[in-house]
Amino acid sequence: MNIIVCIKQVPGTSNVKVDPVTGVLIRDGVQSKMNPYDLYALETGLQLKEKSNGKVTVISMGPPAALAVLKEAIYMGADEGILISDRKFGGADVLATAYTISQAINTIDDVDLILTGKQTTDGDTGQVGPETAEFLNLPHFGYVTNVEIKNDKLQFISNLETKVMKANITLPCLLCIEGEINTPRLPSYKRKVKFGSCENQIKIMSFEDMKDQNENNYGLKGSATQVEKIFQPKKTTDRLVLQGTKEQMAKDLLNILRERKFI
Amino acid sequence: MYKPFDNFDLAYIKSIIDNDRVYEKGSISSDFSHDELATLIKYPDVLIKVKNAEEISAIMKYAYEKSIPVTVRGSGTGLVGGAVALEGGIMINTSLMNQILELDEKNFTVTVEPGVLLMDLAAYVEENDLFYPPDPGEKSATIGGNISTNAGGMRAIKYGVTRDYIRSLKVVLPNGDIETFGSNVVKNSSGYSLKDLIIGSEGTLAIIVEATLKLLPLPSESISLLVPFETMQQALDAVPEILRLKTNPTAVEYMSKETILNSEKFLGKKFPDNKHDAYLLLTFDGNDLNSIENDYSKVANLCLTLGAIDAYFIDTDERKKSVWSTRGAFLEAIKASTDKMDECDVVVPKDKIADYIKYTHQLSKQLGIRIPSFGHAGDGNLHIYVCKDGMDENLWQQKLQQAFDKLYKKAEKMNGLVSGEHGIGYAKKQYLKESLGENQIKIMKQIKNVFDPKNILNPGKICQ
Repeated sequence: MNIIVCIKQVPGTSNVKVDPVTGVLIRDGVQSKMNPYDLYALETGLQLKEKSNGKVTVISMGPPAALAVLKEAIYMGADEGILISDRKFGGADVLATAYTISQAINTIDDVDLILTGKQTTDGDTGQVGPETAEFLNLPHFGYVTNVEIKNDKLQFISNLETKVMKANITLPCLLCIEGEINTPRLPSYKRKVKFGSCENQIKIMSFEDMKDQNENNYGLKGSATQVEKIFQPKKTTDRLVLQGTKEQMAKDLLNILRERKFI
Repeated sequence: MYKPFDNFDLAYIKSIIDNDRVYEKGSISSDFSHDELATLIKYPDVLIKVKNAEEISAIMKYAYEKSIPVTVRGSGTGLVGGAVALEGGIMINTSLMNQILELDEKNFTVTVEPGVLLMDLAAYVEENDLFYPPDPGEKSATIGGNISTNAGGMRAIKYGVTRDYIRSLKVVLPNGDIETFGSNVVKNSSGYSLKDLIIGSEGTLAIIVEATLKLLPLPSESISLLVPFETMQQALDAVPEILRLKTNPTAVEYMSKETILNSEKFLGKKFPDNKHDAYLLLTFDGNDLNSIENDYSKVANLCLTLGAIDAYFIDTDERKKSVWSTRGAFLEAIKASTDKMDECDVVVPKDKIADYIKYTHQLSKQLGIRIPSFGHAGDGNLHIYVCKDGMDENLWQQKLQQAFDKLYKKAEKMNGLVSGEHGIGYAKKQYLKESLGENQIKIMKQIKNVFDPKNILNPGKICQ
């Protein structure tokens, strides 16, 4: 099975500050890491690869620094990596990003399965995966918590909050993988020593490599939306003390958990 | 010898403490009759949730005058019965004294009340880019409890133990007097260190009401390596070799497959790797990523030459959480795996740890009893659990006694000591006596007598 896993480099901490004047994320001095949700997609891909004797290619779109997450994926067990990187792709919104990724995937032969994380921890839109599938004209599904190979199809489970759906999907397809569904394996020191900078495993794709050579479909020009303002949500920490008899406190607690939809 | 606690005493206590913080017999939760050593159970006559040093002082003045025993308790996470009111009387619970009083960024110290939880303290100082290095596994323990047992934790090999981070202690003496031992100074040659006598005294000499703790700048980088080995022998043999590299790891933890599987079952969460028999978990921290990489590469290369399967990186918050949450649940997981167990936290010289763990495996086979262990391979402190596993009570008691006798004798032969960080409390008194001998126990008794001539503070513990 030829599997593609889309991954993204995101800030290494959830406490990224936003410049109050420009509304831009302050990335200086902030370390980066692989989007945590992508780790579950990658682990799912690596497990399917082991079962099907297949191959995992990781794809990331971003500046040259994003090579780090591709290397990390290779240290975890991916076979190859593609970095989609070009100044012409800069400023892309979800639509232009999904289009660019679909163009890159279009250049790869015999793709069976594309996996993405549920969302990223920086943009949090959760739209790039499904939009990529739409551009590729592939069937797709989200909130996937389990994937099994069933002959020439995949059987998956999707958790839709109010119901859980088990269904089959034909290949090729795209699945957005839910978080916390597996324990992603750790990057291997042995593979780091073996592949080093991964020059032979990672290739860089730029605008010239795309089939569609109309610049207006990429980057800022190809974006349908523009971010007006980014600001940090207010953080609040409330402490609630319940008082009364054990039974009353248990009832109150149950009601609060229900009201806040924890249960 | 002690005056029984009666209604007059209760009335007095209620006259000086808000009544909703005074719990009399019958209304005391069973939690306060034991600590995590669940086999020793004894209720106090009254439980008081105190709010400040003055309240403690007033209670102690009264208890001293009337000769009523007093036991102090924090979160009750001790493992040796140290916070159990053996003689009944008054129990003082410090968990409401949980305020962080002052962060002194000029002197790099934080002053806290004793009921502050270790996890809250760590989070608070880290928010301020500072670091309180002691890192005992039980994060819901209070700092007062940590000081009282001189808890060590996982970073001891590089950073030392709780004692190394105490600048001063404000205490209430058994007669109710309030004193401050030590000061917010780096050097101190001013007479006997009374502060150091209090650290590790398990609430037998005085009651800690405030502590000023030394802090360090927070290291900006921290990376761990999880190193799997095919056999326990290979993993343990690698430890002294790793230490000889002088890469100064923050932690070197040993864990067996059995312990990991137990913990997975307990948490309902998979560990990133569980295929191999034994693992070492090493952490490196500092401010320079290149130098950390250099250090862990040296260690990883060495481990590979010594038979390690690989070395896996733990470098992001998510990865740290997936590994350390499992590591943090080892004790609870072992507890959940059996109907009854008892623990031993001997400490041996660092170069003897491999031999000692191997000995526990031999002993397990010899006695036909499960003895899982995990621990700080890098600092010589092991946590060993003798499990009942449904055995008949009499047979279990007999086997437990045999196992403990042999475990402590073996540690002694290796120049080890009875407890690395859990303390002596009630449960390990016999072994302390055997290990230290009459002279040292006598000195300890005399020290106790100087602080507490009426023997009202946490009686029946450590050397008594």
